[in-house]
Amino acid sequence: MELTGAEILVRSLKEEGVTHLFGYPGGAVLHIYDALYQQDDVKHILVRHEQAATHAADGYARSTGKPGVALVTSGPGATNAVTGIATAFMDSIPMVVITGQVPTDMIGNDAFQEVDSIGITRPCVKHNFLVKDVTDLAETIKKAFYIATTGRPGPVVIDVPKDVTADKAEFKYPDTVSIRSYNPVVTGHVGQIKRAVAMMLSAERPIFYTGGGVILGRGAPELTELAQMLGYPVTNTLMGLGAYPATDKQFVGMLGMHGTYEANMSMHHCDVLIAIGARFDDRVTGNIEKFCPFAKIIHVDIDPSSISKNVKVDVPIVGSVPNVLQEMIKLLKAGDKKPDAKALASWWKQIQEWRAVDCLKYDHDSGQVKPQQVIESLYKATHGDAFVTSDVGQHQMWAAQYYKFDKPYRWINSGGLGTMGFGLPAAMGVQLAHPDATVACVTGEGSIQMCIQELSTCLQYGLPIKIIALNNRYLGMVRQWQEFFYQRRYAMSYMDALPDFVKLAESYGHVGMRIDNPADVDGAMEEAMKLKDRLVFMDFVTDQEENVYPMIPNGAGLNEMILV
Amino acid sequence: MRHVISILMENEAGALSRVAGLFSARGYNIESLTVAPTEDGSMSRMTIVTSGSEEIIEQITKQLNKLIDVIKLVDLSEDEHIEREMALVKVKAVGEAREEYKRLADIFNGRILDVTDTTYTIELTDSGDRIVEFIAAINADEIIETVRSGVSGIARGEKSLYP
Repeated sequence: MELTGAEILVRSLKEEGVTHLFGYPGGAVLHIYDALYQQDDVKHILVRHEQAATHAADGYARSTGKPGVALVTSGPGATNAVTGIATAFMDSIPMVVITGQVPTDMIGNDAFQEVDSIGITRPCVKHNFLVKDVTDLAETIKKAFYIATTGRPGPVVIDVPKDVTADKAEFKYPDTVSIRSYNPVVTGHVGQIKRAVAMMLSAERPIFYTGGGVILGRGAPELTELAQMLGYPVTNTLMGLGAYPATDKQFVGMLGMHGTYEANMSMHHCDVLIAIGARFDDRVTGNIEKFCPFAKIIHVDIDPSSISKNVKVDVPIVGSVPNVLQEMIKLLKAGDKKPDAKALASWWKQIQEWRAVDCLKYDHDSGQVKPQQVIESLYKATHGDAFVTSDVGQHQMWAAQYYKFDKPYRWINSGGLGTMGFGLPAAMGVQLAHPDATVACVTGEGSIQMCIQELSTCLQYGLPIKIIALNNRYLGMVRQWQEFFYQRRYAMSYMDALPDFVKLAESYGHVGMRIDNPADVDGAMEEAMKLKDRLVFMDFVTDQEENVYPMIPNGAGLNEMILV
Repeated sequence: MRHVISILMENEAGALSRVAGLFSARGYNIESLTVAPTEDGSMSRMTIVTSGSEEIIEQITKQLNKLIDVIKLVDLSEDEHIEREMALVKVKAVGEAREEYKRLADIFNGRILDVTDTTYTIELTDSGDRIVEFIAAINADEIIETVRSGVSGIARGEKSLYP
């Protein structure tokens, strides 16, 4: 039977197992919305701004491992979605974004609500497609999902002109897809894996440095098994938190600019660095000239271009994380060589000394609500088992430092692009994917205002997100840099004329709480978590000038941290 | 170091801009770029001349390989290969210069494609170096314009980029 392009599109999404579609209607996608209206398989979630559609799809993807899907109209719909697409691109999140386009015969004529969506999104997608013929639509959607979810994942945009959604064609969704120019490598090179294992066993001061690739590649169980077989310390990047249980004794905390003293010192002094699914980002390495001066480096990554991009490595292994780690585990089990127990014991002794510095200590008697205290309280009240999204800035770092993630897919933040406004819409995607889970959005009074309109979406769909706003009346991270590096000239970092967040939450039909006494933090947190079916906006009035420590200033090495 | 990268890619709308966009977004240098469809109309062949350190060239080839439309690529300069470029050179040709440019074209194995009372247009197909030498041999005042195609390259022997 012949279907319209719009019907084909919706049926194809169903075939891909899409349960939620985050979107916003407009002229160019009206046929698609009409087709959506006439079915119940794909649930459409109406956001209040297209940026939120992409962040929500992103949060859905990060918390489930399945691709997130968004639908926006042409022109401003597409441009509003770009921030969310770029966010997903930087963090390699599988996502398919369908953008409406003006009819094919009007493309290039500066038609109403026309932009070159393919051109605009090209640098921030894994791939994009313009569908010019309805007979290509189903296959293009199949390809888009395949590309988005395989290899190093990433967002794929499908631009669909309006006439293509009205034209008719036979619908048959392809069972398989093959793209001659796209064959991502999965298995690692056996010889290289052997070399890596030998190098790991010869180490005296080893460390695992693992990133978001472990989570995206579903390799967390293998990482845990391998690390525990060897007894080596593990540090996670911001994107990798949860890939190794944070409460385990081998975990030395996050590394990098605001990483722990023990993680960064272990990195600096290690002799074998085992990098897995991490990309040597500048926020991790600090000054590249001073990075891991004593280390031989093993690097496992699915993306060859991540290897030796910033730091030259000794043993590169291209392959999927679980696949390569399984091979390593097999080799270790088959061989009789064991790690050097004596060297390892003295390495751990050194690490314990660094740990004893207690770099995350903070003042408990200031009489003010400390942001760190709020995160610790959230951790206690949720038994360490919540999904936590965040925005970008100080609160993001505190959440990463003080919430101990034992499981992957639980920590959801914009690491690469650093997108303020990400937290709340991402939490919507997480909550829809996990209706019974506790979802907390750790944010600040600056970030939350970038997508605050989504409080309306949360009401419409009854999403009981807990918003933990660390309100210090400053753009805290900007202020911190201005304090350290601009002699306290706080240019534009003060958030003046703030709304009353309690009343604001209430006006959207939610529960608002303001907490300004440190003695009330735990009680309020417990109370909020008990409100299972309500969104609670918790406005924590925190110490204004608290800083995130430790900190590696620009140009410094990992061993040159500023401590509290 | 100068490198010649040869790319076999899908003959799709936008494929060229993906390559060009990659170079500008990542700050890589393009000296020349040529592209045209192959005998199999579904594929295009592109030759890019670029320069950079070994690390940069490694990144360029890896990043190009990551583009979904790229089927295969090779850094031709790693092995024996042939490079050819075509130039069209329009010169003022009056009086004694007419004979002189005719001779010069013969020496360089060029062909005069267009003749008027006052001009010659000379075609030259050779290596980039030879084209530079040819243009240098002409009095700069007498060049009306030059057009160069950019380099096309292919490996020597039986090697091929075709899958």
